[in-house]
Amino acid sequence: MPGALLEVTGLSKRFGGFVALDGIDLTVAEGERVGLIGPNGSGKSTLVNCICGTLVNESGSVRFNGETVDGLLTHERTRRGMARSFQLPRPFTTLTVADNLRVPLLYTVNARPGHALSPTELDARCAELLQLVALADKARHLPRDLTQVEMRKLELARAMAAEPKLLIADEAMAGLSQSEVDDIVGLLIRLNEHGITIILIEHIMRAVMKFSQRLIVLVSGKKIADGMPDAVIRDPAVERAYIGQ
Amino acid sequence: MDISFDLLINAVIAGILLGGFYTAVTLGVSISFGILDIVNIAHPAFIILGSYIAYIVNTRLGIDPIAISIIMLPVFYLLGAGVYQVYYESFERRGQEALRGLSFFFGLLFVTEVMLILVFGVDYRYVEAPYIGPSWRLGVMDFPLRMVVPCIAALALFAALQLYLSYTFIGRAITAVAQDQLALRLMGASPVRIKRIAFGISIATASVAGALLIIIQPVEPSVGREYIGRVFAICVLGGLGSLPGTVIGAMLLGVIESFTATFYGPSWAPAVAFGVLLLTLAFRPAGLLGR
Amino acid sequence: MRTRVFLLVMIAAAAVVFFAARMVSNDYVFFAGYTVLQFVVLATAWNILGGYTGYVNFGSAAFFALGAYATVFLHKLYPLPIPLLILIGGAVSGIVGLGMGYLTLRLRGAFFAIATLALAVVLQTLVVNWDYVGGSRGAYIIRPNEIALIGPYVQYLFLLMLALAVISLTVARGIERSQLGYGFATIRDDELAAEASGVPTLRLKLIATTLSGALMGMAGAPFPYYIGYLQPSSAFGLEYAVNSIAMPMIGGTTNWVGPLIGAILLGSLQQIATVTISSAVNLLIVGLLLVAFVIIAPNGIVGLVQNWMRGRTK
Repeated sequence: MPGALLEVTGLSKRFGGFVALDGIDLTVAEGERVGLIGPNGSGKSTLVNCICGTLVNESGSVRFNGETVDGLLTHERTRRGMARSFQLPRPFTTLTVADNLRVPLLYTVNARPGHALSPTELDARCAELLQLVALADKARHLPRDLTQVEMRKLELARAMAAEPKLLIADEAMAGLSQSEVDDIVGLLIRLNEHGITIILIEHIMRAVMKFSQRLIVLVSGKKIADGMPDAVIRDPAVERAYIGQ
Repeated sequence: MDISFDLLINAVIAGILLGGFYTAVTLGVSISFGILDIVNIAHPAFIILGSYIAYIVNTRLGIDPIAISIIMLPVFYLLGAGVYQVYYESFERRGQEALRGLSFFFGLLFVTEVMLILVFGVDYRYVEAPYIGPSWRLGVMDFPLRMVVPCIAALALFAALQLYLSYTFIGRAITAVAQDQLALRLMGASPVRIKRIAFGISIATASVAGALLIIIQPVEPSVGREYIGRVFAICVLGGLGSLPGTVIGAMLLGVIESFTATFYGPSWAPAVAFGVLLLTLAFRPAGLLGR
Repeated sequence: MRTRVFLLVMIAAAAVVFFAARMVSNDYVFFAGYTVLQFVVLATAWNILGGYTGYVNFGSAAFFALGAYATVFLHKLYPLPIPLLILIGGAVSGIVGLGMGYLTLRLRGAFFAIATLALAVVLQTLVVNWDYVGGSRGAYIIRPNEIALIGPYVQYLFLLMLALAVISLTVARGIERSQLGYGFATIRDDELAAEASGVPTLRLKLIATTLSGALMGMAGAPFPYYIGYLQPSSAFGLEYAVNSIAMPMIGGTTNWVGPLIGAILLGSLQQIATVTISSAVNLLIVGLLLVAFVIIAPNGIVGLVQNWMRGRTK
């Protein structure tokens, strides 16, 4: 499909006898803002893991930027422009906050063909990113000194540091205050205006509705809705899925 | 090579009997590594400890080694629970199992071996029992009783454990703790307590395995190290977390080792288990019965 | 301090050590010193894999012995100068490390650790059954008594091991401060997140395993000349496995100083204990210290010092 940045076809993933994902089809066009919602355990994070290569799906295929990425390791997909933040923050605990951001800069941005950042440019980029997520004063601290909220911001910043074409934010806003949620949504929208395609996985409906141009709903490993947010929200199947929870 | 039928059939029998014994040795690790995900490479040290205890009591009081090991079950259980508590507080809770937890168990293994050397020296020790020595004869087939009795005892131990894990509340909680800690908590059981009980049971099996070991062969402190490879080879071969898989893996390894010893000489035996392990890890890490 | 400067400082320090040792009129200094330096190399090599990436190697003896037996094998064909043997020993061990890593590093760290144990036993069994290198009976290497320019042969061996120590410490420190060091640290901290950040974890782990194995093999290559009579039980001895782990864990695994401190402290302690008490008790002490430090002071002596210094500045 032309203009599609991400194409997932027939993706299925099993854990032993348990079917976590059942034949998922979805496409994301370049520049889109897509929201992905669903009850706990519906398979959202598993889907992200399969798209990024952290888990290997049993069947189905993932195409990114016109290229089939099945079989590629996660770091290869990251270098091709996919980045994700983890639902439970996974910082590098023995590195400072700034160094946490340095890693994707060194290993993803500098690994791409073309202009590699010099050490001064690297430092500048780190500082820039820290400013964006309001963590500049914690640059020299270790992740264990951060609050939960700050760790989530670091997690997001680390994904942003990889200069992705597609950013998948996995519940980046859990536990944030209203204004912090608005800040992050604003940040993500600004990133999108700079050309980054974003998939937002969230439970905070206010953020999802504000952010998404398109809404996808996952329930028990199946996609049950995919369309304009206002229409999807009113879809009886979607209502049932959430109320029946 | 002209392989005589006698040699072949007896190699198979010896292999199966050995495999039965290996089951007892591995059951503990099946629980600690297969179910609890704790890499207790010191398990053979506990087994050797069991062997030496059987040796001391058997030599002084003449009691049957298997009976001794059953009497010692509670002691080993408490020892296991204690070790788990230290492991949990120092490593599991802080997420340090990979490097430090492993080093901890390695240290335990090493310290146990050296202490045994200091106390008992490097001479081989053995026990006396009425079934050590005689064999059953069935045509050309030879069943040495010192192997038959441990094999039967081991399979009985396996059956008991399998029943326990399948039909008691705590047993099922142990099987569940690997997969769903949240569900356990919701049911009111503390995952740490369940794991402590499980690890205690795992070490308790070492008491029995130790007695069986010293019945089958004379023991000296470094014998434990040979079993590290066997134990993990069997676990991986049979598929982690599956107790029946352990039996099959044990039988398989027993037969392979028996064949190697019979046809290529016993000096190759230590390499067999480790070789099997390396091959399995390289080509089929999920094991024969694994997913 | 740039790595080049560090190297020069190390070479200068090594020269001081060597000439100071020559001023002592007892050759025992060189024999004991050789053992301590050997441990510096082994501990540093272990730490490049264990401390930096978090993958535990229980089979240090295997890589060490490979270097030693490569020397024995070649010695029978044609006597080569020891520096060349060191390079060959390093190459052999490095390749084996690479091969084993390739087979097992895609699995969990625990499986890698167990595989290293397996490797040690398999290799020992192979060597015991291989008569060309002496099998279980062992192999004799006659070493010359003297060598030109230096004097007693043992001083030459000491000098070589000193050079290896300088090399391994410089390599370790160089890694720490490089991009590679960041990559290793992310593997240790969170391998999944590292992959997601673009770190090629398998490739880096293979580099660590190969480098670590190669250094251990280099440490083993001169050993037959040092000991004169090489038996599998001594080359594959458990004390190598334990000390390679205990020294970095007790000294501190997060940087290059830890293994150095651990090797010097424990190595000297063991020399004294072996001579005064017994070699079994000496190993017991090492084992107990390992268990104690791992539980109480997980960051080793370096960690304790860092905590103390941080406490003082408050």
